[in-house]
Amino acid sequence: MNNKQINLLVDAVKLLLIMVITLAVIAAIIFSVSDDPLNALYNFFVGPFLSMRRIGNIVEGACPLTFTAMAVMLIFKAGQFSMISEGSFFIGTGVAMSISLAVPMPTGLHALVALLGAALAGAFIAFIPAILKKTWDVSEVVTSIMLNYVCEFFVIYLVTYHFKETSSSSLASWELAPTSLLPKIVPGTNIHLGVILALLLCVGCWVLTNRSRFGYQLRLTGSNPSFSHYAGIKETGVMVGAQVIAGTIAGMGGGVELLGMYNRFKWTTSPGFGWTGIVVALLAKDNPLLIPLSACFFSYINTGANIMAMNSDVSNDVAQIIQGVIMMLIVSGALLQRWRQKLVVRAAEKEQAEAAAVSASVEA
Amino acid sequence: MHGEEALRMENITKVYPNGVIANSDINFSVMKGEIHALSGENGAGKSTLMKMLFGIEQPTRGDIYVNGEKKVISSSAEAISLGIGMVHQHFMLVPSLSVVENMVLGQEPRRGVMLDRKTAKAQAKEVSEKYHLGVPLDAPVYDLSVGQKQKVEILKALLHGAKILILDEPTAVLTPQETQELFIELKNLRDDGYTVIFISHKLNEVRELCDRITIIRHGRTMGVYDVRDVSEREISRLMVGRDVVLHMDRTPTMPGDVVLDVEGLSYWNHYGKQRLNGISLRARRNEVLGVAGVEGNGQAELVDIISGNLSRFQGSVRVLGKEVSGMSIRQVRELGVSYIPEDRMTMGMAGDLSITDNLMADKSYRDRFVGKVGLLDKKSIQEYGAEMVERYQVVCKSPDQPISSLSGGNIQKVVLARELSSNPELVIADQPTRGVDVGASEFIRQELRNLRDQGKCVLLVSSDLNELLGLSDRLIVLCDGGIAAYFADTSEVTEEDLGRFMLGIDRQADEEIAGVRA
Repeated sequence: MNNKQINLLVDAVKLLLIMVITLAVIAAIIFSVSDDPLNALYNFFVGPFLSMRRIGNIVEGACPLTFTAMAVMLIFKAGQFSMISEGSFFIGTGVAMSISLAVPMPTGLHALVALLGAALAGAFIAFIPAILKKTWDVSEVVTSIMLNYVCEFFVIYLVTYHFKETSSSSLASWELAPTSLLPKIVPGTNIHLGVILALLLCVGCWVLTNRSRFGYQLRLTGSNPSFSHYAGIKETGVMVGAQVIAGTIAGMGGGVELLGMYNRFKWTTSPGFGWTGIVVALLAKDNPLLIPLSACFFSYINTGANIMAMNSDVSNDVAQIIQGVIMMLIVSGALLQRWRQKLVVRAAEKEQAEAAAVSASVEA
Repeated sequence: MHGEEALRMENITKVYPNGVIANSDINFSVMKGEIHALSGENGAGKSTLMKMLFGIEQPTRGDIYVNGEKKVISSSAEAISLGIGMVHQHFMLVPSLSVVENMVLGQEPRRGVMLDRKTAKAQAKEVSEKYHLGVPLDAPVYDLSVGQKQKVEILKALLHGAKILILDEPTAVLTPQETQELFIELKNLRDDGYTVIFISHKLNEVRELCDRITIIRHGRTMGVYDVRDVSEREISRLMVGRDVVLHMDRTPTMPGDVVLDVEGLSYWNHYGKQRLNGISLRARRNEVLGVAGVEGNGQAELVDIISGNLSRFQGSVRVLGKEVSGMSIRQVRELGVSYIPEDRMTMGMAGDLSITDNLMADKSYRDRFVGKVGLLDKKSIQEYGAEMVERYQVVCKSPDQPISSLSGGNIQKVVLARELSSNPELVIADQPTRGVDVGASEFIRQELRNLRDQGKCVLLVSSDLNELLGLSDRLIVLCDGGIAAYFADTSEVTEEDLGRFMLGIDRQADEEIAGVRA
């Protein structure tokens, strides 16, 4: 076994172990709080697959996570820790809503313009912490988290003061213009055109990071910014560029979620897809093509938790606990490392012995 | 010989997480009261062995005995408590703290929760006087010279109770005079019963200072010898596995047009300290202009300014007649400037990326690597990677493996390949062979010589005076940000001559120095 294979094996086993531990944690929680644990477990694990509609729920739920996770991954690849995907996503929903309600346009074009507006707004928001870091070296971690609040309350303000449905007792906007909504593509589910867009963007993202010149400079900068600078690459420009592209994707994701899934804007706080996106991106191990799978896994857990909450005495907060557990396990760098070290030692010594044997036979 | 064994490492094997076998069944033993040399090429496993002794790394297999007792050393604190002290190649000192504070760090005498300054100073003074190692105790460490910092490191180890001192390539940063001083101090320590492990691949120093030598090659012990019984030639053959040409020949050439023209260059760093003081020089095609000097006397700033890495200087720097001031690094590089940086680990490579990715770092915008619709041309990039690996004899399994899995010498070859393959007019080589094994060093020097013969201009900064004298056609000595001496012909210059100018003991007349711009 060479090093690459060892890493692959260890990573695969680690992922499996994480799943097993997570499932064990779920089972333990359910057994301790539920009067009818088997029913709850059944609903949780099997429930999501019992109807086309529920399978649709998994896919629909994975869609916004795919967008935010892609944004997070791009930012992390640049070696930056901006949390702005959260804010960019929510500002995207707000701008898409505004365009849908305030600017009448023909079908199709309306959705396109709304999504572009959402993307632009997301990009602009992500640009702020990036440029502050570039010009004044302000920590992007702090500014992005603060800015997330600004975005959240700005959008809530937009809904409350400009687009609120006065006849409704809870906070909701007027009905979105039908010309701006994304068409459903699978009968019997809510799976919408945005899912296709998400998948295309994942491929685009892979091409961008692995095949384009900008992607090369991004990897170089993320790995060692001083080296990138020395080689004549404008490394701060690359960092800003990556964050702006990430903001674009997250903002568009916000627009897609609103126009694909809802007929009114109904959130009273940000749904937090930006945060979950971090876990999704970590689980996808830096590979844009794995993001949809990783997002589906989390969406499956959310769907399962919701079904369980409806049909048993366990609430869907379990999903949050699980996300926390998974995040901890993913970032635990030392997990299985002792086993990995053993494999490495064995492989290295075998190779050494083989090399010695070869040189001995050559001499003989 | 001296009787008692201070330390023994038995059948030590170390495999790093990336699968590199750094040590394989190494046996190493040191007697009390001896200076023991540990020699081997870079990447042979010396540092790894010492890291395990000092508790920074753990052996995969094998035992360590200190004073005859088997010990597991799991941290450097434990090593210190066992009486082992280490003077690192890159000093582990806090620049903003005073010498006294640095010396007691880790074992501060306290009054309540506060540092007991009086006792601390008394302790520091006591060791410094006892071992005749004079340093200004109250000065902040950033004000000290490299030689003084090293003394502080040694004193710190002694203050913490070290009986066994490990010195990792201590002379790499010293002038000949400072080296002599260090040797006298080390011999005194030996006569007082201390044990010194001296890591070095400078054979003449080993001969001069050490009692015994252990030679390591490819992670294995090649033998232990009495230094008196082996010749330098034998040692170098054991280290490298073949005969190495220790002398350098130079074919005379006629210097051509001016490539680099520096006039009245001054630079103040952001602490307001003047680092360059009115430097003027010219370098031409077909020549190597050497720059000697103790580290920190302006070489780094000079090199950074010429390569475009530092702006906001005064004076003028022209490359092929074009003013460099205000240009971006990319523009400077496109003028034909290549730069082999001193610190290749932080500036010269991206560790996680492949050898090929590292090779094309400065060329990502070149047409050759960009195919249709702005995407990278994978095939052309792979061809280039394979070609460079072969041309520059980089020892690796594949050009796609991460560069961090290579040895120091091979990493430097990758840097060299990248910098020289862009067809430069001016090559700035800053410590090109530092920490590089004998074989790779010779290869690198030969490449630099070839450049010169092909009509390129090479600016060589090196602390290896032997290398500097061997390669340079002309030579300047920097001291305190200015040119202290200029030699139009290096054949008659000795290392001792350079040392006087490097330390600021001597300075040539201005008219003599002005010759460098003739």
